[in-house]
Amino acid sequence: MSSASHNHDHHDEGFIRKYIFSVDHKVIGLQYGITSLLFLLFGFSLMAIMRWQLAYPDTPIPILGFLFGESGTLAPEQYNSLGAMHGTIMIFLGVVPLAVGAFGNYLVPLQIGAVDMAFPKLNAASYWSYFVGGVIMISSFFMPEGAARSGWTSYPPLSIFENGQTMWLISMIFLITSSLLGSMNIIVTIVQLRAPGLTWMRLSVFVWAQFVTSFLLVLAFPPLEAAAILQLMDRVAGTSFFLPSGLILSGEIVDVAGYGSPLLWQHLFWFLAHPEVYVLILPAMGIVAEILANNTRKPLWGFKPIVYSIIFLGFCSFIVWAHHMFLTGMGQAMSAFFQTTTMIISIPSVVILTSYFLSLWGGSIRFNTPMLFALAFLPMFGIGGLTGLPLGLAASDIYLHDTYYVIGHFHYVVAPGTIFALFAGIYYWFPKITGKKMNEMLGKLHFWPSLIFMNGIFMPMFIQGLAGVSRRLADGGVSYAHASGVLHWNEFMTTSAFLLGIAQLPFIINIIMSLFSGEKAGRNPWDSTTVEWAAPSPPLPHVNFDSEISIHHTAYEYSVPDAKKDFILQTEK
Amino acid sequence: MEVPYIVEEREDTGLINSKLGIWIFLASEIMLFGGLFSAYIFLRLAAPPGDFARWASELSVPLATVNTLVLISSSVSMVMAWASLKLNDLSKYKMYMGITLLCSLIFLVIKYFEYTGKFHHDIYPSSSTFMAIYFTLTGLHGIHIIGGMIVMIYFWLPIGYKMWETQPEHFANRVEVLGLYWHFVDLVWIFLFPVLYLL
Repeated sequence: MSSASHNHDHHDEGFIRKYIFSVDHKVIGLQYGITSLLFLLFGFSLMAIMRWQLAYPDTPIPILGFLFGESGTLAPEQYNSLGAMHGTIMIFLGVVPLAVGAFGNYLVPLQIGAVDMAFPKLNAASYWSYFVGGVIMISSFFMPEGAARSGWTSYPPLSIFENGQTMWLISMIFLITSSLLGSMNIIVTIVQLRAPGLTWMRLSVFVWAQFVTSFLLVLAFPPLEAAAILQLMDRVAGTSFFLPSGLILSGEIVDVAGYGSPLLWQHLFWFLAHPEVYVLILPAMGIVAEILANNTRKPLWGFKPIVYSIIFLGFCSFIVWAHHMFLTGMGQAMSAFFQTTTMIISIPSVVILTSYFLSLWGGSIRFNTPMLFALAFLPMFGIGGLTGLPLGLAASDIYLHDTYYVIGHFHYVVAPGTIFALFAGIYYWFPKITGKKMNEMLGKLHFWPSLIFMNGIFMPMFIQGLAGVSRRLADGGVSYAHASGVLHWNEFMTTSAFLLGIAQLPFIINIIMSLFSGEKAGRNPWDSTTVEWAAPSPPLPHVNFDSEISIHHTAYEYSVPDAKKDFILQTEK
Repeated sequence: MEVPYIVEEREDTGLINSKLGIWIFLASEIMLFGGLFSAYIFLRLAAPPGDFARWASELSVPLATVNTLVLISSSVSMVMAWASLKLNDLSKYKMYMGITLLCSLIFLVIKYFEYTGKFHHDIYPSSSTFMAIYFTLTGLHGIHIIGGMIVMIYFWLPIGYKMWETQPEHFANRVEVLGLYWHFVDLVWIFLFPVLYLL
């Protein structure tokens, strides 16, 4: 906002300025939210096609089969393409933009009592950079070479020679720029724009989680950008950063200068991609904290240990990356170091989860839809976290590496973990964003089937993985004898996946229906304590609050003895 | 309502928004170049002994020395430009900003002759791992120079400095933040010079 345009009369803004190229953090947050939800749906559809192939390898894919040639089934390279794009889209275009771009943008300024983000124009640039990155990523499906097919990890040497990778790299550079601008903005906003009286220990867990997440994005993404530049050079300039000497491709020695190292890519990639795991989980933990405190009607148990654990998780996430590389033969000393740090980083996660469980103790719990999703997050994330321990130990990882066990592990963390928390957040803050409440009945119709079918998809993956079935096989591993005993689970998992898709219909209907005919919500429909509930619903364009904000309380003052109500808004005198 | 702390500092942090923002941006830049420098170390250790040094001897140390001096002078004149604004002297500001621009242009011209000189001798990024990392690092650094120059030109022309008349403090802050970025780009070169040319 330039000072010239500064007045309280914003009615003269045209449609485009107001809804498309807006600099208001709320509009940008919604843009992020809608775009990333569409990408989540798209990424899910890719997975549904792959799951059909795994369950019914020889039956043409219904309805969409014509896209994949005459046979109507996926060729191996098409399967690889969908796999790579599923991972990339879900992580870089779906979950992270939803958790940080949408929730962070919309709620951080509101929860700290600010009028906007610190740099509104950079904020818009961040969204549009994300949008362009997304368009490039999707458009790669229509290029003659097709979309990238080297997995979301893009390991060389394969990725240097496979089709479609160049578009993937260019798109990633846009996405990295976007996340850099966005997270820098969130950090400055939290440091600089806190309302008077909002000291660090009065911030909500959600804001703390966004703060640490932003640092992870600012510091971990650039090395991947560096790696992407090097890989782009390998592909277009004929360099050999990631190609060893004497590499043989199709029976001939590849004509490059050599002396490169595929391991270098893995180090640079996982230096991002491990902190990225915490980028996926920390905002989810923040959302769950808000909802648990609100619906148990008591202060969060162990607020300070939770905050310190989040900070500690942030630091530690930078020194565990090579536990993804135990199989590369990087040496015993390295393995010992990284498995030790991995065991250490599990401690703060357990502290946080335990605090959340203890927060339930003695509360009179309200089982509304956001609370159901938040409650389901706890055991689901618990399963995801605990199944990670055998993967963090070098000895057991050598057996489990690249099996379906790994897929089950991280999907439990991200899908019924993070995505459930994001659903919880959408149900919880929908009244603030739109001024309407979402329908409880439809919400429960969304929750229960989702919970059941999520487990239906991912639990059998542990069984298959323990039997040794490898990931990334277009035929699911039918040619391996050791897989024969567990492959019958594929049909069960595929059915669950399709039913999970259907279970999202109540959610979509609910959003549209509530938008038009939902029950009117006042400022504070959940009787909550944090600052955003002091604003009108929806908050005013460009200024958010209709009165001066000052903070007099910590974030979760529920059921304070001798108080008149069972909650005290942070802004109350 | 206007976003606060654009011109005056926030009391408890002692910072304006843009200064904190640029420092965090520079932190990410350190990680970007840090990633590439670690790649350099990693690849140098993996290469046969003497390979990197042999290829490095193809580079022209005198040209790079001149370039180092040129960039350091540009950093000095950038500080002078900012100081002139603080001393309320817009014409001196224009002169010093012009010198900074000129220095960065000289840097790019010398870099251009270095690059084409290599190409004439059939040396390309694909020639060796050293040349690959040399062209990547200096190329990325060159893009940073060009990015800085675009902002400098904007602040040097009336369209940029017309802000001086209405909000002198705000404009001086903008130049200071640009200066911080510029010193960083200069600093990267201070590391690149010995690592690529001398070692």
